[in-house]
Amino acid sequence: MSEMMKVSSNPHVRSKVTTSNVMIWVVISLLPAAGFGIYNFGIDALIILALSVLSTVLSEFIYEKLMHKKITIGDFSAVVTGLLLGMNLPSTVPWWIPILGGMFAIIVVKMLFGGLGQNFMNPALGGRCFLVISFPAIMTNFVTDTFTGATPLTALKNGQEVVVMDMIIGRTGGTIGETSMIALVFGACILIMLGIIDLRIPGSYIVSLLIFTAIFGGHGLNGAYLSAQLAGGGLMLGAFFMATDYVTSPITNAGKYVYGIFLGVLTAILRIYGGSAEGVSFAIVIGNLLVPLIERFTQPRAFGIPKTRREAK
Amino acid sequence: MDNSVKKGALGLKAGTPAERIMNGLVVENPTLVLMIGMCPTLAVTTSAINGLTMGLATTFVLALSNAVISLLRKVIPDTVRIPAFIVVIASFVTLVQLIMQAYLPAMYTALGVYIPLIVVNCIIFGRAEAYASKNGIFPAFFDGIGMGLGFTISITCIGLLREFIGGGTAFDVQILGEGTVVPGAVGAFLSLYQPVRIFILQAGAFFVLAVLIAIMNKVKADMEAKGKDTSHFKAGGCCQAPNAKKTFEKIEKKEAEKAAESKESEVEE
Repeated sequence: MSEMMKVSSNPHVRSKVTTSNVMIWVVISLLPAAGFGIYNFGIDALIILALSVLSTVLSEFIYEKLMHKKITIGDFSAVVTGLLLGMNLPSTVPWWIPILGGMFAIIVVKMLFGGLGQNFMNPALGGRCFLVISFPAIMTNFVTDTFTGATPLTALKNGQEVVVMDMIIGRTGGTIGETSMIALVFGACILIMLGIIDLRIPGSYIVSLLIFTAIFGGHGLNGAYLSAQLAGGGLMLGAFFMATDYVTSPITNAGKYVYGIFLGVLTAILRIYGGSAEGVSFAIVIGNLLVPLIERFTQPRAFGIPKTRREAK
Repeated sequence: MDNSVKKGALGLKAGTPAERIMNGLVVENPTLVLMIGMCPTLAVTTSAINGLTMGLATTFVLALSNAVISLLRKVIPDTVRIPAFIVVIASFVTLVQLIMQAYLPAMYTALGVYIPLIVVNCIIFGRAEAYASKNGIFPAFFDGIGMGLGFTISITCIGLLREFIGGGTAFDVQILGEGTVVPGAVGAFLSLYQPVRIFILQAGAFFVLAVLIAIMNKVKADMEAKGKDTSHFKAGGCCQAPNAKKTFEKIEKKEAEKAAESKESEVEE
């Protein structure tokens, strides 16, 4: 009888949402875009994605083994990092690029700062920026057997014509996971319907980018130009899957809008005035660094507590 | 053991040349333990030769300014000691600058503004304040040599690692990557290396410095685990430069007073 009467301390009702649950759904929602990337760029893309995922998961496992820490690869966050990193690479990179990038993403950006939840920067984007800065020539080589020209955004920047329909479907050059707008938005819809992400960050990101581009882009309210900016580059991948990373985005609702608008304006500035045609990954990485500040200034007031002057510390 | 002998670093007799040099190299290594003089450490270490030249120039200034300040320590009034120290240090920096401009023009151009900036290097000023103004000329001189060598070795290591990973060279000799000097099959293998350019850029300095400091801390932790006395290992930053503690205490006191005042005024309102 005593067995039956034992009552554990609260909570007694637990949410079914766990880290691994969420991460598995993120992986599932990334699969359409990844699959399209493999269809688009061939077997090379599959190998890059596999190497990247393998590298992040193994890095996390080996690091935790060596440091005598709890093995956390079961939460699938390393898989998400690996998949995102692979989708952010061109299919032409040599085999060691995803491996090195995965190691940097997990060990330097994530584990050295304390593991999942402590990383100050999105690991996949940290890894990508490390690779872009270190190996600029390799990382911007988008020439494959099927696509020989520049990426649509580069073409757009150089004043060439682009076919917006191709960009929306994804039949263009670029990194493995960024080309197909349809597949990415489909995946994002799954996440939004499950309540894993909400539209605050991606919505304010995309809208502010469009407004800024319309005003300062030099093309005015040109529908073709604006929709090409929307469909081109890593905007969809970045806005829905990387800017919304729980760890590196603000938790306050007002902060989410501030963060999204900051990302949109910064991406537009980098795209219009920057040396390179793309600016999503650098914008998100810089945005990540500002998150603690944004959260500090957008802290909501608890109900019933009167408004007080901020106390000087 | 004679207890009347004042113990210094690593159990050596305090103030002897060997003790002072070991102190600068290991116990109070300015870069890796005290963490002062970070500006040249991060800025000029893009190659080993840059680090070495910078380190030696600093050592020269440090040793001589320490000696001169130690000589003048009884003459300089306490209230104007800071300008007085700066005049002494700046004279030696000017000397170094002119010598380098005459005999090492390439290095002079490469190091640029960081040579005149030796004047404001935390290490030199810190040693003048903390050691040279309180000790005799010989210990002060060797303190400068030890600190300078500790700085030189640390930043040469940082420069070497950054140059090696970021460009495949060591002291400007191509070892990894295309154009390697290693002949034969080994050379063919080594030439496959792709330089990780980020290590030559600013971020690389932080990566390398962080790893070296981590190794230093690990050594210290291991020593502690073995029960050795590590109390002489101080960690800090520029903020822990000599007399900074006093200044901080003063500031804190003032702030506390202010806070108390503002509270009072609020009550009155």
